[in-house]
This record gives sequence, C-alpha cells and structure tokens, in this order.
Amino acid sequence: MQITITVNGTTHTRDVEPRTLLVDFLRDHLGLTGTNIGCDTSQCGACTIHMDSQSVKSCTVLAVQADGADLTTIEGLANGSLHPMQQAFWDNHGLQCGYCTPGMIMSATKLVEGNPGISEAEIRHGLEGNICRCTGYQNIVKAVQQAAGEMGGD
Amino acid sequence: MIPGEFDYHSPQTLAEAISLLVEHGDEAKILAGGQSLIPAMRFRLALPGTLIDINRIDGLSYLREENGHLLIGAMTRESALEESDIVQSKYHLLADAAAVIADPLVRNLATVGGNIAHSDPANDHPAVMLAYGATVMAAGPNGTRRIAIDDFFTDLFENSLEENEILTEIRIPTPAAGTGGAYLKLERKVGDYAISAAAVQLTMSGGTCTAARIGLTNVSPVPMRAKNAEQALVGQTLTDDVIEAAGQAAAAECDPSQDLRGSVAYKRDLTRVMVKRTIRKAMERAN
Repeated sequence: MQITITVNGTTHTRDVEPRTLLVDFLRDHLGLTGTNIGCDTSQCGACTIHMDSQSVKSCTVLAVQADGADLTTIEGLANGSLHPMQQAFWDNHGLQCGYCTPGMIMSATKLVEGNPGISEAEIRHGLEGNICRCTGYQNIVKAVQQAAGEMGGD
Repeated sequence: MIPGEFDYHSPQTLAEAISLLVEHGDEAKILAGGQSLIPAMRFRLALPGTLIDINRIDGLSYLREENGHLLIGAMTRESALEESDIVQSKYHLLADAAAVIADPLVRNLATVGGNIAHSDPANDHPAVMLAYGATVMAAGPNGTRRIAIDDFFTDLFENSLEENEILTEIRIPTPAAGTGGAYLKLERKVGDYAISAAAVQLTMSGGTCTAARIGLTNVSPVPMRAKNAEQALVGQTLTDDVIEAAGQAAAAECDPSQDLRGSVAYKRDLTRVMVKRTIRKAMERAN
C-alpha cells in the first residue's frame, strides 16, 4: 500500500505492507533510528513521537494509519543548536544510559506546551507513559521544569 | 514482533464500514484507537484477516449533553475526557477513571468505544458504565439499536454486538441531585491493569442511600456489577457497619483468578477495601 507521510518537514512516499508498524517505518524505511524500540509491549514510551501534534507510542500505530500525517521525531527537534528540552536534559543530567531519552524528550516537549509554570506533580503525571530505569526520575523532572520555563509555553 | 498479514480498509463513512463488516464477517476486526488491538495482533493473539480502520470516519468523536444524557461518540479519545469541562465538573466517576486508564500517551489514541467494545474485564470503562447504567448505541445494516449496558457484556472479550454491528455511541444518564460517583483503582504500576478497582454511583437523600450501582474491574471473567453490595446500601444510612457489609458482599460475589497480581484471597479482600473506599468517596461527592 502506498502512503505519504511528512516527517520533520520532509514528505516521504513509500510502499508498505499494512502490518508495518510506524516505528519500524521510521527506523527501517526512513533510517531515522533516533526513535528507540524498548519494551515491544506498548508500555515503556521509548518510541514516543509527535503525530499531528500529539505524543503517541509509534510501536502501537500502523504506518498506514499515519498516511497523510505530519510527524516529528527526536531528529526533528534540534535546529542548529539543541532544543531547550535537549539542553535541559544535558544541563540537569536527566539521563544515564540514554535509551529512554528520545521518547522522554518527545513526551516532555508536548507536555509543557502552553504550561511554562508546570508543577512537579503535573510533570510526574504527564510522563507516566515513559519509563526510565536509571535516573529515578528526579533529574528528568528538574530538566523538564527548566525547559518549560525557558520555552515560555511554546 | 510484527502482526500477521491482513487486508486493510479505511472507510470514510459508517455505511461503508458496516458494508465491509457484512462482507467480511468474523474475519474482520474494527481498528479504533488500536491500543489494545495492535498489541494483541503483535503477540498474534489476534489474527484478523481484515482490518477496518474507522479513524477516518468523521463525526464519531464528541462529548455533549442532550436530553438528560452525556453522549460520548465511540471514537472519543480518552484524553478528551480529561480535557472536558463537562466531564470534570459533572461526571466525577468518569473523570476519575479517565485519569487512570493506561498512561497519557496511550490515552491520546485509545478510545472510549474501543475500551468498551473490547469487553475486557480488566479494562476500566466496563465497570464505570455498569455503575452509571449507561446505554450503548450500535449501528448495523438494519439501522441503529440501543443496548442496555447490563445486557452488553456476555463473556470474556464477548459482548452482544452482532458481527456486522459497530458501537457508535455511549449514553450516560446525567447524575440527579444528591448523586455522587467515584472510581478507585489499585495497580502495581501505572499502565498495568487493575489488581482490583471499584466504580460506585450513589444517590443520597436525607442521609439515606436511595440508589446505588457498583461495578468491579478485573475481578471476574466478565465485567460485573456487585449487586449484593448495592443491596447492602440501598435504603440504609451509610454507617461504617453498612459500608463494611457492602465491602464484604462485593468480596464474596466477585470471582477473581490468581495471577501475577495476587491470589484469589488477596484480590477478594482488596476488593472489599476498594469498594469501601470508593463508597466513601462517592458519598462525599453526593452530599
């Protein structure tokens, strides 16, 4: 089946089997391997991307469902310099092994949109779909709070 | 893990979707939010020959009050419940559940209709809708019909939808004065199914409980009402003893199975506790 998907501003048309998962389309068909596959069971959030302005787990969407959609992956965030959320994760040591980080950052950027003064409780609830097995979350929450202020609700 | 092969259709209208169901019969599955179906297909627990994706049909996603009911379009995302002022201000039981279904990323795609049509006793909406006494609307080749929620769930993952019908809407009665509801869930971690959860909708009048409906999550093979627990409450002043009796009734009438989440005895006792706590919270809101 032929699908056309815009990823990070570039439009791609490809033939895919209907059973192709969106995460495999991104990684194997487009070579965008920044989006990680973690649990394979829709729990960990490592594969989080933005699809038409919403955070979704790309392991639980079929590529054909995204036909016509506008996607952003971790590769699409930096624009010459690191995105404020990426920089905040760096500054606050919001990662250790880094495996969950692309998904964590994609969730976090969407979470703080329109909410520059987001509370710690809101961040913790909002990131419930992303699992980190290293940090204990403390520095992730700090990073998200810093970036939220810097992004000013954008 | 990749799903087995299937033919994919994405109809633009409900009529087209129904005619595809008529054509393909039980070989076909409806794809709504996909947050239960796609994992099941990846594990090859579900191997549909035909997938009918209803995400491109307009007009199936809405939340509005009409004629004493909250109407929920089947494709309404769970996240929309969290963002809805109507739900948050008047439908507390539903609002409680919306915040604890899976996780926020899943809720962006998961749908209310899908949660109910999947008819998994571990899902949260079945107990919620049983407690509300909701009505399910189903569209098929011969038109639309109503199904009372009490008649909807028939077996594990089974319901009274015909194989050529699509669940299109859920109707929740607007709570009458003096009515309060709550949903409490204990889970091992966010995103897991409940070990046990209770949905309670109570009406209080002058200190007496005049109506009660209680639904239970993940402690029976079929989504269930705790009818003996309800009977323990109706007509009573809700003292500690009455609430304890209702909790004990629910513990006795539920039918949990032992799994990684606990033994049968543990789940029964937990159900007693969850029912009691949820009754108290519903009572506070009713007053």
